[in-house]
Amino acid sequence: MVYVNRQMLTRGALAAAAGIPAILCAGAALAQAEGQPVPGGLGLPNMVTPVGLGTQQLYNMVLMPIISFIALFVLGLLIYVCYRFNEQANPIPSKLTHNTPLEIIWTLIPVLILLFISVPSLRLLAEQVEVPEASVTIKVTGNQWYWSYKYPEDQGGGFGFDQMMKPESELQPGELRLLTVDNEALVPVNEVIAVHITSNDVIHAFGVPSFGVRMDAIPGRLNQTWFKVEKEGVYYGQCYFICGKDHAYMPIVIRAVSREKYNEWLAESKQKFAGAGARVRIAAASR
Amino acid sequence: MASSTTAGAHDHPRGLRRFLFSTNHKDIGTLYIILGTIGGVVGFLLSLGMRLELAYPGVQIFPGLAELLQGADPSMALDAGKNLYNVFITVHGVLMIFFMAMPILIGGFGNWFVPIMIGAPDMAFPRLNNISFWLLVSALVLAVISMFVEGAPGMRGFGGGWTFYPPLSSNTGTPGPAMDFVILALHLAGASSILGAINFITTIFNMRAPGMTLHRMPLFVWSILVTAFLLLLVLPVLAGCVTMLLTDRNFGTMFYDPAGGGDPLLFQHLLWFFGHPEVYIVILPGFGIISQVVSTFSKKPVFGYLGMAYAMVSIGVLGSIVWAHHMYTVGMSLNAQRYFTLATMVIAVPTGIKIFSWIATMWGGSISFRAPMVWAIGFIFVFTMGGITGVVLANASADKQFHEGYYVVAHFHYTLSLGAVFALYAGFYYWFPKMSGYMYSETLAKANFWLLFIGVNIVFFPQHFLGLGGMPRRYIDYPDAYALWNMVSSFGMIFVTLSLIVWFYVIIDAFMKKRLAGANPWGVGATTLEWTLPSPPPFHQFQVLPRISGSGR
Repeated sequence: MVYVNRQMLTRGALAAAAGIPAILCAGAALAQAEGQPVPGGLGLPNMVTPVGLGTQQLYNMVLMPIISFIALFVLGLLIYVCYRFNEQANPIPSKLTHNTPLEIIWTLIPVLILLFISVPSLRLLAEQVEVPEASVTIKVTGNQWYWSYKYPEDQGGGFGFDQMMKPESELQPGELRLLTVDNEALVPVNEVIAVHITSNDVIHAFGVPSFGVRMDAIPGRLNQTWFKVEKEGVYYGQCYFICGKDHAYMPIVIRAVSREKYNEWLAESKQKFAGAGARVRIAAASR
Repeated sequence: MASSTTAGAHDHPRGLRRFLFSTNHKDIGTLYIILGTIGGVVGFLLSLGMRLELAYPGVQIFPGLAELLQGADPSMALDAGKNLYNVFITVHGVLMIFFMAMPILIGGFGNWFVPIMIGAPDMAFPRLNNISFWLLVSALVLAVISMFVEGAPGMRGFGGGWTFYPPLSSNTGTPGPAMDFVILALHLAGASSILGAINFITTIFNMRAPGMTLHRMPLFVWSILVTAFLLLLVLPVLAGCVTMLLTDRNFGTMFYDPAGGGDPLLFQHLLWFFGHPEVYIVILPGFGIISQVVSTFSKKPVFGYLGMAYAMVSIGVLGSIVWAHHMYTVGMSLNAQRYFTLATMVIAVPTGIKIFSWIATMWGGSISFRAPMVWAIGFIFVFTMGGITGVVLANASADKQFHEGYYVVAHFHYTLSLGAVFALYAGFYYWFPKMSGYMYSETLAKANFWLLFIGVNIVFFPQHFLGLGGMPRRYIDYPDAYALWNMVSSFGMIFVTLSLIVWFYVIIDAFMKKRLAGANPWGVGATTLEWTLPSPPPFHQFQVLPRISGSGR
């Protein structure tokens, strides 16, 4: 009975051990279309901003190897102990209950590991939180259940628009269900974009995985974050805080283009969205 | 080590009087375990509904469920279904924490075994114990009713997650009375836990048998003591927090409304000041159980007893000063985020001490792989898995990639759905012979273990991948790229469901076969006082107090 169990235990443990390297190589997710989730993806998306790359490095180079090692180490110890100190192998239990040097070691080593993690982690944190001098500022407002964008007048904007999900029935080939929107928000590539985030009703959260950006949109507060997209492309995000029944249906699309194209778009949008954004103003006034 | 004398049962109420008006710690403990089982089964059924929905992209079953459960109009069924999904995630969280884990671990095992383990005849305040239990029953009824009364306009139930953040939970998001039902349920559950905590602290401080010093108490008693202090400290904060929400909703105050000078973040700080210690409230009794089980089946005293006891105390203290690591994305100052990152990471140290001490307890032992031990070994592994992803999430910088995503879901289910539940099962199989007097079937118990172990790992491990890929949590529908791992995750629910069925069969089988367990079915490793009593223990135990000499562990 016990023998069978030991075998089962070992076999189960081996199966689990085989699973852990799967997280190990998760960082090496296949290079696919950037800016959107990868089907069956195992790891972080391809990052296109300095903060995103920093996050990717922190996770893939520091956190992931360390936690995988710890998991395998504990698993290895458990398997060894079960194998070596089961009833058959070791009928007489020892009376060992203290070993001060050992206890000091297993307190100190985790402290050192945590200190080691904290250095790159805190450096990245400062980079995320301290917004550098920005050339473009966008105001993003969360609503139940869509996002509104405003581009300020003094930077060539002076218009605002709502970004709503395209319903499944209107999707063109190549467009993504639940992710494609009617109005994309454009930003110039390789420039620092500051994003001011707030909400008109309940809490939402603005998040774009490829940027390493996630920031809550809270009524009565103006949160700030930033990104600098280093590669032209279309980047998808979603709402990351539960906000009611259509929480899953308010995607974010940011298209990074060259400065020239961005300027053209600004000029076009000024015409296109002239007089728009009224809904946002009414909603704000009604509160 | 200890001797006990038990006299024949006197004043032994029967039937309705025994259970409805019970003041006996063992009967109340049993009631708590039954209540926790009901809460757990309902919570499990809710999660089954969610995983069925998420098995494929698109919205499949919830519109139909909304028509069936809430009588939604077919023309409104899609919206009602989306709302019902959110109600499910909310009630699933509330039930599993407040009405499954806490009742069974603290109310059930705590009530049953804390008095016995310290050599006391009963809890200090038996009638308080009774009201604690029935308050919790009332709270459960209110929580379940909330699913069927109006919440968001035209919808039924409150669907804003178990954290109830305003403005979604205030009149802006949920004008209907569903949220008021939830708030009152929390008030009652909170009062129940506060009274229970007072009872435990008084019992442990005043009713230990002669010779049972604090440093001789079994680690399970230590774990309940620390838990009781945490409950007593943080539940009043929750009560204040939701009371302000109640007055915001009904009496025109503006605590959380920016339009009136309030701040929604105030709620989040208060809620997590309760909420983070709460996760330790759920897991600490589990730590205590694992210590007892590992020591019993390794036939060795716990390695580093004092370190283990004070690791729990320090986890309790540290766990109370790290609450804002749930709020890294709300726009806190850089220094606040630095502090909460470092303080949170420090918790890994005492947690590591516990993991290594359990392994060191097994080291040199003579381990018998009985069912409780198998659950305990499973616990050590899955809890380590949950712990290491916790170290990742402790970093405010990395958390910005994972916040409110499936990586977080995987993390806390590894610590709770796997960790706390495995500890709960370890405790259940460890003490079932003592509580019922009958032995369970070893084969069935192990089938139960392997089904759940395989099942929950299939359910939750792929959710790490979903989180890394960026899938947000609390979504009824997801972009098609996330389909594969969602399907794998839902597939795992088959095993989880089977394991639950097997567990019920274990209980039925034990009561039908009536294999007598005897006072101590575990042999020389079981040294705590409950094994000196017959199984089941007499209605009143220790009419002559046991005297403890040497280490009580």
